[in-house]
Amino acid sequence: MNALNEQKAHEASAVASMTMIQALRSAMDVMLGRDDNVVIFGEDVGYFGGVFRCTDGLQAKYGKSRVFDAPISENGIAGAAVGMSAYGLRPVAEIQFADYVYPAVDQIVSEAARLRYRSNGQFTSAITFRMPCGGGIYGGQTHSQSPEAIFTQVCGLRTVMPSNPYDAKGLLIASIESDDPVVFLEPKRLYNGPFDGHHDRPVTPWAKHPTAAVPEGYYNVPLDSAAVVRPGKQITILTYGTTVWVAQAAAEETGIDAEVIDLRSLWPLDLETIVESVKKTRRCLVLHEATRTCGFGAELVSLVQEHCFYHLEAPIERVTGWDTPYPHAQEWDYFPGPARVGAALKRVMEV
Amino acid sequence: MSDSERLCLHVPEPTGRPGCQTDFTYLKLSPAGSVRRPPLDVEPVDTRDLSMQLIRVLDENGQAVGPWAEDISPDLLRRGLRAMMKTRAFDSRMLIAQRQKKLSFYIQCLGEEAIAVGQTLALRDGDMNFPTYRQQGILITREVSTVEMMCQLLSNERDPLKGRQLPVMYSYRDAGFFSISGNLGTQYIQAVGWAMASAIKGDTRISSAWIGDGSTAASDFHAGLTFAHVYKAPVILNVVNNQWAISTFQAFAGGEGTTFAARGIGYGVASLRVDGNDFLAVYAASRWAAERARRNLGPTLIEWVTYRAGPHSTSDDPSKYRPADDWSNFPLGDPIARLKKHLIAIGAWSEQEHEETQKALEAEIASAQKEAESYGTLGNGRVPSAADMFEGVYKDMPEHLRRQRQQLGV
Repeated sequence: MNALNEQKAHEASAVASMTMIQALRSAMDVMLGRDDNVVIFGEDVGYFGGVFRCTDGLQAKYGKSRVFDAPISENGIAGAAVGMSAYGLRPVAEIQFADYVYPAVDQIVSEAARLRYRSNGQFTSAITFRMPCGGGIYGGQTHSQSPEAIFTQVCGLRTVMPSNPYDAKGLLIASIESDDPVVFLEPKRLYNGPFDGHHDRPVTPWAKHPTAAVPEGYYNVPLDSAAVVRPGKQITILTYGTTVWVAQAAAEETGIDAEVIDLRSLWPLDLETIVESVKKTRRCLVLHEATRTCGFGAELVSLVQEHCFYHLEAPIERVTGWDTPYPHAQEWDYFPGPARVGAALKRVMEV
Repeated sequence: MSDSERLCLHVPEPTGRPGCQTDFTYLKLSPAGSVRRPPLDVEPVDTRDLSMQLIRVLDENGQAVGPWAEDISPDLLRRGLRAMMKTRAFDSRMLIAQRQKKLSFYIQCLGEEAIAVGQTLALRDGDMNFPTYRQQGILITREVSTVEMMCQLLSNERDPLKGRQLPVMYSYRDAGFFSISGNLGTQYIQAVGWAMASAIKGDTRISSAWIGDGSTAASDFHAGLTFAHVYKAPVILNVVNNQWAISTFQAFAGGEGTTFAARGIGYGVASLRVDGNDFLAVYAASRWAAERARRNLGPTLIEWVTYRAGPHSTSDDPSKYRPADDWSNFPLGDPIARLKKHLIAIGAWSEQEHEETQKALEAEIASAQKEAESYGTLGNGRVPSAADMFEGVYKDMPEHLRRQRQQLGV
């Protein structure tokens, strides 16, 4: 091991307590340092460092040609990223809120996702589209959406969502390194601390939680791999993002020994971990913030039904946002909190 | 007009419909040689006059006149003429092949050959084009194998895109030809992103964006111009105004009473409006724009005024919406005929050479077609393997695609 590698190893072993914002920023810092082809751009990400501080200080450190502000044009941001990737760069493009990705959907779906296939590999889209998503913050209709199902059904895309600082950094690094286009959804409700849906209690900062211990240097969390965040025997809860914390709270509060699986990679996903768990628990609950009809949960239900039919002892249950736009005043009647999840757990456990 | 009259919606209409004659005075032509040539470092706002006039080099007698008449070697002009003739010969042969049901679909560029060919000759190897489906002249000029192009059209066993793409949606990275998408306008902003990347890396290569008059109405056109201006991207922003978007006259893209070049001025992009059927003007304007880009002086928008002489595609019948003899009345004529006349006028070409070249090209295309068909056609089922269908969706095939491939039994 030469001196440089030793130093890198040392860096990798140094661990700091980070919020999800700091962890995401650290991932981009690491990748900007490791790969000259990584560039970061989006609305307000440059000088200002992002409306959520996720790119704070990166422009000062790496210069304006690596980290820069973009016009307010989501199709422009996504389309420019496709062109940059065709050239050979590895762009990390930020969409300020997932609610504002729709103008970019043509570029993401028709171009980034299809480019490798339609050109038989002559051109590729090694792009990461970062976008804050999810509710629970009184964000109303256009600062709370969870549009993952729009992307999970697009062949050629990878859709990823972390639920804690350690995974956020490791998954973002893996996404940036991926030669496939990745839609990287960041639950903004989890930016500063875990949230189990108890909006009436004070929020605990990440510093008090073990997943806030984040290596300062390079590491990755592989894509397509789920995590069992709470082992259990009675029922499997399939979830991701903020509701990973809701699921754990509901399990504790009901006393039902649920196995909580954080999918982390939504699609392609880790089917093996899911099937193994459901075959063991024989019951399954699918939980997400997004609206129910044709939401990603429908695909999860379908996969479990297909692969675990003879092991199931109860119908698969879904707890999701309602099929309405995300309301403002009725936030806690909309958000699938621990009470709704707990009630569903009890229903599935009934004989 | 009183302010109490009822409002009425203005819906543009072309002057010529089937059975009528088009009044082409709306084109705002300028005499050959009459439009000035600004310095490369011109301020975009100072190209306002150029965006409303028409840069032309070849006059009625086939002479090159005015400030845009460059000292172009007869060899290069002959190369350009040959590439245009080859493009047309390729198109006409493939049109027949489509009628014979050997191809499912085809798109000609009849009448627009000068633009893609002329610009390609003004670019360097390594520059990247982001074409639409009507710039096949780029591939012909860069001497891509016509056999291989036909294999793509036939979706046969030698199709470089493995049968995944509709005919004409070519992709030739090595020839500086970006993968064509069916989604209109998307490549315009991508070309700007590619140019930004070249600037980020301190490269010397530039990109060339292509769009038709109709697609300028798409939002990616606006994004492309905005980003090109904001980042001073080294890109040529081409608008091929062939007057028609399938059945809709260019007025429906917003061309009525204005020009597409004029759009560039509002974005702070230097803009030219050029006779697209004048090969010498195409080459000169393209070189000017390429030089500007290469010297970091920023992007240039060029509106190429031309006419879509053929049907929109093999699925289209233009006699349903425009006069059948429209092309013969188009005041800018035929690009091949005009360059031929010029070359003969300067003593660098002859009727006999033209005829011989035409015959040789037709024979070359016919023999390429024969070879391409020997690798199969969509009709005879010698198409790429069904297993290929699952490749290339991702870099590595994920588990679900592996399972689906097994379900198909391939």
